[in-house]
Amino acid sequence: MKVAVAIKQVPLRDSPLRVNAAGTWIEEEHLGFEINEPDAYALEEALQLREKHGGEVIVISAGPARVSQTIREALAKGADRGIHVEVATLDTLRVANLLAEALKAEAPDLILTGLQSDDLGYGQTGVILAELLGLPSSTIIMQVEVQTSKVRVKRELEDGWFQHIEMPLPAVLTIQSGLNKLRYATLMGIKKAKTKEIKVINAAEAPPGSAVIEKLYAPEKNKQGQIFDGDPKAAAAKLVERLRFEARVL
Amino acid sequence: MSVLAIVEQRMAGEVLAAAKEFGPEVKAYSIALQYTADAYAAAVEELIRRENPQLVVFGHTYQTRDYAPKVAARFGRVLIGDVIAAKPPVFVRQMFQGKFNADVRLVGDGPHFVSIQAGAWRADAAPVQVETFTPSSTTSRQSAEAPFREAARAVDLTAADIIVSVGRGIKEKENIPVVEALAQALGGELAASRPICDAGWLPMDRQVGSSGQTVSPKVYIAVGISGAIQHLVGMKGAKTVVAINKDPDAPIFEVAHYGIVGDLFEVVPALVEEIKKAK
Repeated sequence: MKVAVAIKQVPLRDSPLRVNAAGTWIEEEHLGFEINEPDAYALEEALQLREKHGGEVIVISAGPARVSQTIREALAKGADRGIHVEVATLDTLRVANLLAEALKAEAPDLILTGLQSDDLGYGQTGVILAELLGLPSSTIIMQVEVQTSKVRVKRELEDGWFQHIEMPLPAVLTIQSGLNKLRYATLMGIKKAKTKEIKVINAAEAPPGSAVIEKLYAPEKNKQGQIFDGDPKAAAAKLVERLRFEARVL
Repeated sequence: MSVLAIVEQRMAGEVLAAAKEFGPEVKAYSIALQYTADAYAAAVEELIRRENPQLVVFGHTYQTRDYAPKVAARFGRVLIGDVIAAKPPVFVRQMFQGKFNADVRLVGDGPHFVSIQAGAWRADAAPVQVETFTPSSTTSRQSAEAPFREAARAVDLTAADIIVSVGRGIKEKENIPVVEALAQALGGELAASRPICDAGWLPMDRQVGSSGQTVSPKVYIAVGISGAIQHLVGMKGAKTVVAINKDPDAPIFEVAHYGIVGDLFEVVPALVEEIKKAK
């Protein structure tokens, strides 16, 4: 079985983020980057499917040159080869189109990706990818069971509800965080990754799409809350006092 | 602007209110079908081609996320998801997990597509008439079984008066007792944000948020929780919200009545001590 995993590179969790000079995106200089967390779970699921069913795991990512590092890390965890679509666009539809074009030639049996990205957070790339490739899809998946020429998945619904869905392969699934236990790259894996293939596809930049980020800004501060900082002991004392005499909950 | 509202049971009133605000010309439909992504995508596409709206409005539900991006793609558009405010054609949505807001401008002819965040619009008192749309044909590659819940929850957080909830800031499973001590001192229940339960540090039935329990205790103390929207929707109903976080810009402080900016490993033990003194 051939499984493709679409991953995205996002700023390291807990990075101090600042808006750039143009006010339209974050300042990326001096930032570290890593794999988008739900995509890490999608990769792990693909590796586990390969362990069960055999075959090959391909990771694909669209983004600037720095993205190759994240692809390399996925290879170190065990993916067989990588595809890097080199492009700077943030347009979700454009990215999905480029990924679809690259994956068409690969004709994977299953395409996995995380349910959403930690930066843009649109949560659409997987679904659009399925649409462009003419494949069935299902989202927010908590369990994947591959059967002969079909897949049965457990899809998360709101408020603790779930649902089982079946669809024919090939298919596209967007994976929820936490459905498996992430592995670390081994030293051997890191060593092997250096010799694995990353195919680079240079994509032309296109004009902006139908949804343009005009302005990125910190949300307005809520003035109502009382914030205590400084010495933890003093802050704790103040908070307990407020909880007793203002909120009257102690 | 001509607006088409796609209404499902969840968030129906809010979607109608938002559609009216974006309108004023609004038509609202519910889809007379059992849900699958393929069936709904085809039905809504057919409805849009018939009605020819400039804007299609959905609630940002799990169902919408499952199929609406497909429909938008068929019209060469991206769904502007999880919108919290709007001055059409500019729509405001959160990015970077709530750390920033973004003004997103829709460019070009309609139809455009937006889905609104739960709680961002107040359900309308005088709603628009909702009609039922039955598509001309139905085919679906997905077949869906009946929704189910996992085995009964061992913990009913919805009944708790005091909840102390722990997030990623706790760093390691071995540190959970730090926060547990606070819950004990207050006589409250221990809860967690999703990543903590995903990691298996606390059981799933202690999870608060869109995929866990929705709680409205008298006091909700969020410790080391940054406050992604998926968490906030599960606890916004608390009477008093307290946030303890080292990042003064964490979105959790936006919903907090009281907050302490600081290292939870210093603040929480100090808090336990103060509470013991006060009792």
